[in-house]
Amino acid sequence: MQKDDKINNQDLLRKETLVSLVKGIPFCQTLDIQVDYLGNEITTHLPFNQEFIGNPVIPALHGGVIGSFLEITAIIQLSWTSFLNSNENKGISEGGHNLIEDKNIMSDLPKTIDITIDYLHSGLPLESFARATVDRIGRRYASVSVITWQTDPNKPFAKASGHFLVSRS
Amino acid sequence: MTEDIPLAPETVKSFFMNLPFSKFLGLNLDRLGGGRAKMSMPYQKKLIGDPKTGVIHGGVVTTLLDSCCGAAVMTAGSPKFSTATIDLRIDYMRPAKPEHLIVAEAKCYRITTTVVFVRATAQDGTKEIPIATATGAFTSPF
Repeated sequence: MQKDDKINNQDLLRKETLVSLVKGIPFCQTLDIQVDYLGNEITTHLPFNQEFIGNPVIPALHGGVIGSFLEITAIIQLSWTSFLNSNENKGISEGGHNLIEDKNIMSDLPKTIDITIDYLHSGLPLESFARATVDRIGRRYASVSVITWQTDPNKPFAKASGHFLVSRS
Repeated sequence: MTEDIPLAPETVKSFFMNLPFSKFLGLNLDRLGGGRAKMSMPYQKKLIGDPKTGVIHGGVVTTLLDSCCGAAVMTAGSPKFSTATIDLRIDYMRPAKPEHLIVAEAKCYRITTTVVFVRATAQDGTKEIPIATATGAFTSPF
C-alpha cells in the first residue's frame, strides 16, 4: 500500500513538472498545446483553432502551425528525456519529493540547430497529435524525429527531423 | 485557387494577408513579384519560446519563412493552381533579438512545371548574419 502511494506521488510530481514546462513557454500557451505522457513517451495535442488555417479553400492547417507543433513536440520530448535521465543519474528517481527541488526543467531548454519538415498531406481542420523520438542524445547534440497525425497514428500527415543543442551537467 | 485563370500579384497578396494564421501572427507582405517576396513580423510576447531570454519560438520563424517562400512561388510565373510545401529545412544561425521586427526575404531559384525550389533568409536588423535560413521545395502552380 505504501509503495503504491509512493508511485502515485511520484507520478503526480512528474505530471506537475511536465505541465510546468508547457505552461512556462508562452508560444505553447498561445497555440493551446496540451501534453500527456506514458512513462518516457510524450504525446502532445494541438486542438483545432480557426486561426490556424493557412488555406481556406481546402481548408487546411497552415504549414507554419504544423512546423511549430512538430518543433515544440521535439523540444518537450527532449527536455523530458534529459530531465528523466539526469534524475536517474543522480539516483533520485525513486524519491518523489526530490523531483520538486530538481524542477530545473525550464532552465536550459534545448536550442534548435536545424529542422526539416516533410508535409505528407494537408492538415485537416481537426485536432492533431504528435509524438517525438529522441534518436540520439549526447553531451551537446541531440537528434530527434517527430510525427503528427489526426485520426490514425499510423498515417501521419507531416513529419520532421531536427538537431538540437542540449546542455547536460 | 483551382480556377484556370492566372492570378494577379494583388490577388496573391490579399490571399496571404487574409489568411487567418497570417493575421494571428501579424504578418505583413512588404514586397512581392518576380518570384521574390519580402515579409515582416512584429515581436509579440505571446510568441516567446524561451521565457528566460524572451527569444521568440523557432516555430514562429518557420511560419514566417514558409509563408514568404509560398508567396514568392505564387509570383514566379502565372499561377494556374495553388502551391503546397513539399519540404522545408530551417537552419537557426542565432537567436532573434527580443523586441525586434523580423524580416524575411525569399527567392525562387529553380522553377519547373512540377516543383519550385526556394531559398529564404530571416533577419532581425542587428547583424549581417541572418537569424535563420530556409531551403524549400514547393509544388508548382504553373
